[in-house]
Amino acid sequence: MKLDYLDQLESEAIHIMREVAGQFERPALLFSGGKDSITLVHLALKAFRPGKFPFPLVHIDTGHNFQEALDYRDAMAERIGEKLIVRYVEDTIREKKLKEPTGRNATRNGLQTFTLLDTIEEFEFDACIGGARRDEEKARAKERVFSVRDEFGSWDPKRQRPELWNLYNGRIHKGENVRVFPISNWTELDVWNYIRREKIQLPSIYFAHDRELLIRDGKLMATAGGVIKPEADDQRVTRRVRFRTVGDISCTAASESTAETLDAVIDEIQATRISERGETRMDDQLSEAAMEDRKKGGYF
Amino acid sequence: MDLLRFITAGSVDDGKSTLIGRLLYDSKSILADQLEAIERASKSRDDGEIDLALLTDGLRSEREQGITIDVAYRYFQTPVRKFIIVDAPGHIQYTRNMVTGASNCQLAIVLVDARHGVAEQTRRHSLIASLLGIPHIVVAINKMDLVDYSQDVFSDICIHYAELAQKLNVKHVTYIPMSALNGDNVVDRSESMPWYEGQTLLEHLETVEIADDLNLTQARFPVQYVIRPQTPELHDYRGYAGKITSGQFRKGDAITVFPSGETSTIDAIEIAETELEEAATPMSVVMHLATDVDISRGDLIVRSDSQPLSSQTVEAMLCWMDSKEFKVGNKYVLQVGTFRTRCSVREITYQVNVNTYEQIEGVQQLRLNDLAKVILRTAQPISFDPYGTNRASGGAILIDETSNVTVGALMLVGEA
Ligand SMILES: Nc1nc2c(ncn2[C@@H]2O[C@H](COP(=O)(O)OP(=O)(O)OP(=O)(O)O)[C@@H](O)[C@H]2O)c(=O)[nH]1
Ligand SMILES: [Mg+2]
Repeated sequence: MKLDYLDQLESEAIHIMREVAGQFERPALLFSGGKDSITLVHLALKAFRPGKFPFPLVHIDTGHNFQEALDYRDAMAERIGEKLIVRYVEDTIREKKLKEPTGRNATRNGLQTFTLLDTIEEFEFDACIGGARRDEEKARAKERVFSVRDEFGSWDPKRQRPELWNLYNGRIHKGENVRVFPISNWTELDVWNYIRREKIQLPSIYFAHDRELLIRDGKLMATAGGVIKPEADDQRVTRRVRFRTVGDISCTAASESTAETLDAVIDEIQATRISERGETRMDDQLSEAAMEDRKKGGYF
Repeated sequence: MDLLRFITAGSVDDGKSTLIGRLLYDSKSILADQLEAIERASKSRDDGEIDLALLTDGLRSEREQGITIDVAYRYFQTPVRKFIIVDAPGHIQYTRNMVTGASNCQLAIVLVDARHGVAEQTRRHSLIASLLGIPHIVVAINKMDLVDYSQDVFSDICIHYAELAQKLNVKHVTYIPMSALNGDNVVDRSESMPWYEGQTLLEHLETVEIADDLNLTQARFPVQYVIRPQTPELHDYRGYAGKITSGQFRKGDAITVFPSGETSTIDAIEIAETELEEAATPMSVVMHLATDVDISRGDLIVRSDSQPLSSQTVEAMLCWMDSKEFKVGNKYVLQVGTFRTRCSVREITYQVNVNTYEQIEGVQQLRLNDLAKVILRTAQPISFDPYGTNRASGGAILIDETSNVTVGALMLVGEA
């Protein structure tokens, strides 16, 4: 009996989630309503049903999220009957008197880290499961499955623990926490193929729809929620688009598309010559080591 | 479609990262924006050529120093197979990262610089690959462009490496002359080396036989977690969650639980609440037993017809991965499967000289990156199989009790 590669990846991810359940006192699963974290929830159902999840779902809401993703998030938590904790970047900004980035491509994405670290402290989470994949970005390609962070959430790429076979070491000191990435070894296409195979429902914005957008620096940015303030040289258009990733509105671009079904989306992704983050994420393109620097600062 | 995990190994600057870049580039697995990004980053170089090593050397300090520090993972697929690539650092200082990357691989590409031949790090990495039980080695004799694509140079290095391989426990060794820089024999056949008639690297990766690497005889199931919903409808539900790390189980099989030695039979096997008649490695499943047995995380369920070893004094090969010395009398936490127990070091039987593979006796302590045969005494008996017969249940780690860091990789040999 030989397992297909999707079965192998699924089994590896379930194994990692159960290691979290077995090794930590107070874990959490970070859930945003995006396709990777939706995949995580599906894997958690496979790992723990008919039992309850040994962790709550946690969302750090920037206040600049797509309504479709938020609705999906709430409906999902309701449907599966698991606890959802939401913490707002807005509140952190007010309480800590943080200075919000301003100007043309201002984004709250970076401020998420403050709220995340506060939330970890508030609930004393010792492990946070996230949907990051190594194929997304060159710094992520280097990170362990169990990534130990100090009390500032900081990743030290030069001092990662050895991680052998399928033996994960989650022992930490008080104050430290571990970021755990069960789908580390999945590619974007693996996630899509898995979603198709498992018939997982996604928020509607992952499929082609007509939308009002601004063309800025060649990218199609959503006008939804008035998050992005139009400027004189931004062209206002209506296009048929879908989102390839769903992140903060301020830094997630849409892709022109006619794909209304999963099959069609997968065909388009297979044909594209541009990477997921390259096409859609503005925040990685600020500098050469943008992701590495954010991770050192406590980001996912 | 099946999945092959492989790693690059060899001395610093032998061209490992460049080879991975070339493999991805020539197999058209690099997306346009990623290519642009490394073109931009290569601009600072004098010769203006794009540096394919930047595809995997993604950290700031790696790019500044032009070396690999930690393993990078890359993914690609051809119509035949899916691949997980692990690009390892060659620097001796980062050997533990190479060990990390190699532990799950089925194949290692050991690079050798054609100008320098077999180096100390070639020997060290080959030894590690063999200790880790990687069944397939490809010796990539690289930088052939710098030795005029000479067949003699290639043959000499093959002979030299074959001598070394004889002392190691590797099943299959393949030799390929290459230029990672120019792409000779990576994806496309070399025009400069018509004398070489073997496969290109990609052809080899696509066709190497990996199916028989799975251990299907020793059925092992380390329990990770117990699922107990405790709702009125599922009051008596008690499922043992875990991954079958080797072998296969069927409904009705007689099983034994370690370390307790209690026995029972399998009542049901499920995945996501769906019952299966049988299940095999590497599936993650939930198991139900016919009788009430006291089982929790850390226990090992095995099929009673093939029992593991169980002992408090064990012999093992050790890769030491910490800057603090490993000494007789030191205490650590040992983890095998999901089981953890304290242990103390009884004896350093011998250290292995990584150059000659000779055994050095009378060693009092081990330093970072040393390899040795050791004897450990555990607080509770551990259940395992010799690593040589079963990678999944014979591999263990040592954890430092104060720093919590993983400091040693153990390939368990047997009872001492
Ligand atoms: N002439 C020639 N140069 C090569 C070849 N392969 C790699 N190089 C060069 O050798 C140097 C080192 O290459 P890397 O790929 O970074 O070496 P590495 O083995 O990954 O090094 P570490 O990861 O730091 O151990 C670079 O300058 C490459 O351009 C080759 O086939 N021919
Ligand atoms: Mg390298």
